[in-house]
Amino acid sequence: MFLEQIHGIAQYYPVILKGIGVTLALSFIGIVAGTLIGFVLGIGRASSHKLLSLVVGAYTDIFRGTPVLVQVFVVFFILPEAGIELDSFTAGALALSNIAACFISEIVASGIRAVPIGQVEAAASAGLTRLQQLRLVVMPQATRMIVPSLVGQFVLLVKDSSVVSAIGLLDLTRSGWIIVQSVPNGMLVFSVVGIGYFLICYPLLHLSRRMEKT
Amino acid sequence: MLLNLNFRVIGETLPEFWVGFVSTLSISLTAFAGAIAIGIIACAMSIQPSRLVRAPAVAYVDVIRATPLLAQLYFLYFGLPSFGVIMPETVIGIIALSINSGAYVSEIIRSGIMSIPHGQVEASASSGMNYWQQMRLIILPQALRPMVSPLIGQAIVLVKDSSLLSLISVLELTRAGQTLANDRFMPVEGLATTAVGYLIIYFGLKLMAAAWMRINHPSERH
Repeated sequence: MFLEQIHGIAQYYPVILKGIGVTLALSFIGIVAGTLIGFVLGIGRASSHKLLSLVVGAYTDIFRGTPVLVQVFVVFFILPEAGIELDSFTAGALALSNIAACFISEIVASGIRAVPIGQVEAAASAGLTRLQQLRLVVMPQATRMIVPSLVGQFVLLVKDSSVVSAIGLLDLTRSGWIIVQSVPNGMLVFSVVGIGYFLICYPLLHLSRRMEKT
Repeated sequence: MLLNLNFRVIGETLPEFWVGFVSTLSISLTAFAGAIAIGIIACAMSIQPSRLVRAPAVAYVDVIRATPLLAQLYFLYFGLPSFGVIMPETVIGIIALSINSGAYVSEIIRSGIMSIPHGQVEASASSGMNYWQQMRLIILPQALRPMVSPLIGQAIVLVKDSSLLSLISVLELTRAGQTLANDRFMPVEGLATTAVGYLIIYFGLKLMAAAWMRINHPSERH
């Protein structure tokens, strides 16, 4: 019985592999786009320009305060209302990139704020422009504090990507959902799915812990 | 598109949203209580000297943290019936949320305990108190303070995570929004109202965290 079920799951290996591929692709797009946009938003959030900081803070709060599932639905069901037709992969990638950017922006902003104010004053009195201060003095120091948290964000993103299965995208979680329809042992099927996620996330978790210690 | 919301329909369906809102709140509260209980047990096990006691707790925390909640939820939802265990979806959802959040709570408690200066631990040990007295009188009172903010943060995560219960047809805030979206073909109104419901809880908890910081850590700037 049990061996039959294992065999049954094994027959679905192309579906599982495709699911892992989609999960990795989404997470990868999310972390790259999210980091790029997150740095821009974070610099705006930490800016001394009050209005800019407020606007960025309000924007990121909206996405940090609502569930990923709701955001995926918004991108997938509401953007078409505004005339923007998206396939489910693009919708998922867009929603995940945006949410990653919002969380990373807060990390970047607190990294910038943690740079001692004396450093900025020294750079200013050395005659550096605002942009040079940021590029040469503030960001190199802030980035050292930001990187460990980025690894943690990547783990969160891999896990959050499972939510795209709700809009019918065949990711790793959805592959389990498909297999369980014909192999009626939920615990076994989702243990296999769980092992897939564990193999991706655990090394990263380990890495982020080690980085935070140093 | 956000300017021509049909507020009349939103008004008509507010009672349904209220039901979903209360459901999300009560599910989250129940699951959070469960998470605290599980977190305390897992943390107590993970700081024991015996490797045999430590290993299961450490494995539990790592497995939960390295896998998505949705997979854990489906593990129970599709898995329990194959063992002949039949439970209402809401109960399965609350169990999944408790087990998931419990791992994070365990880590929060552990770093709270680790933050105590070692001299305090040694002093309490040499004072002739037994283990539980040390914990109750010396360790926990000092460890609890740094736990409050991260615990509120975890409560925020838990409330947002509870939206996944809509996928196993539990009626809560996200499901209420979907219902309006599907039954009346009004995705914008449905999802916007749902989002507002979550934001109310989010900002409420955020204000609590900020107030606590102001009272207890006035020196730090935010």
